[in-house]
Amino acid sequence: MKIKINLGAISEPMQSEKLKTGDWGTHYPVVDKEKCTACKTCEQYCPDLCIEVEEFGEEKYAAVDYNYCKGCGICSSVCPFEAIKMELKDIFKFEVC
Amino acid sequence: MKYFGSGHGACPGCGLPIAVKTVLNALDGKVFAVNSTGCLEIISSQYGKNAWNVPYIHSLFENPAAVAAGVEAALKALKRKDEGYVVVFAGDGATADIGIGTLSGAFDRNHDILYICLDNEAYQNTGHQQSGLTPPGESTTTTPAGKVLPGKIGGKKDMISIAVAHGIPYVASSSVGYVADIRRKVKKAVKFEGAKYIQIHSPCVTGWGIDGEMSIKVARLAVETALYPLVEYEYGKLTSVRKIKERKPVEEYLKQQRRFRHLFKHPKGKEMIEMLQKFADENAEKYGLDLKKDEE
Repeated sequence: MKIKINLGAISEPMQSEKLKTGDWGTHYPVVDKEKCTACKTCEQYCPDLCIEVEEFGEEKYAAVDYNYCKGCGICSSVCPFEAIKMELKDIFKFEVC
Repeated sequence: MKYFGSGHGACPGCGLPIAVKTVLNALDGKVFAVNSTGCLEIISSQYGKNAWNVPYIHSLFENPAAVAAGVEAALKALKRKDEGYVVVFAGDGATADIGIGTLSGAFDRNHDILYICLDNEAYQNTGHQQSGLTPPGESTTTTPAGKVLPGKIGGKKDMISIAVAHGIPYVASSSVGYVADIRRKVKKAVKFEGAKYIQIHSPCVTGWGIDGEMSIKVARLAVETALYPLVEYEYGKLTSVRKIKERKPVEEYLKQQRRFRHLFKHPKGKEMIEMLQKFADENAEKYGLDLKKDEE
């Protein structure tokens, strides 16, 4: 890997998107499309800017970018319609024997 | 358009990115961001992984206000002031302890800057040491709860009153729990000519010992218990406060967090909780926070 070094340590904007933080968390949010009213509350509170209300044909609901979601669960806790549920990732579902 | 990128290094559930993105979106990215050393600098400006999409400068812990004053003066001299607002993002340590000298100077000269203090109530970046804005009774690594002392002794520095005493045009406090409130206050603040100060209460998941999903709820509880009143001063006069419908006892806020859990077992803990409740009552009295009282 090559790193370009500028004088005075100037770095390019929005380079953080190279760091995919999606694998940090243990949980991931699942949006219930029927309950979601596209009110954008989750969009305003998401600290990782990875949940956005988008249009899918005629429907409009919140969509999660799992590349960056850290699974904090803020979207689920602020949702006024309880449309977002946090679920455990498959790799953490193991039995201890 | 995004002004603050995904993929920054904040802990899951951190309040800082919520505050920063709300401020940047409220000003449509017309911002020259000045950042002090602290959590925000560490999470957003690692070399090669910069999260900012606005002009950004980081200098030192003690001089964000002085750097912002310089940026503002330069923009004035170059006649480029219409290009954006100079906004400082500083932590509570940089504001209340280390940088208070340069902050006071910038307020005194009344530079046209918006100073935002992101108050997470300790030096969380270096591992939860107490700062001037740490509330009494909090167990930090420099004021640990032991056999004798129940956490920090003393009080939380009243930075709002200190800023008001400088005679600057706009001073306000806000909370990450209410992003609409932040947005409104930031939009209002930039209309004033001169130094503006907004203090935003922002939860820290690791320092406070809370679950990531609880951070917004805990931030709202701080407001609902009157421990963190949301107020607004214009030219030294109190113009608006966020009223509380039913004020909750402070225990409800304290028992959610690991940093206060010793208060429920410690011999002096009860005394400390009573002191915090008295502090909340005084806030409610001073700012007239209770909605019921007004109606009677």
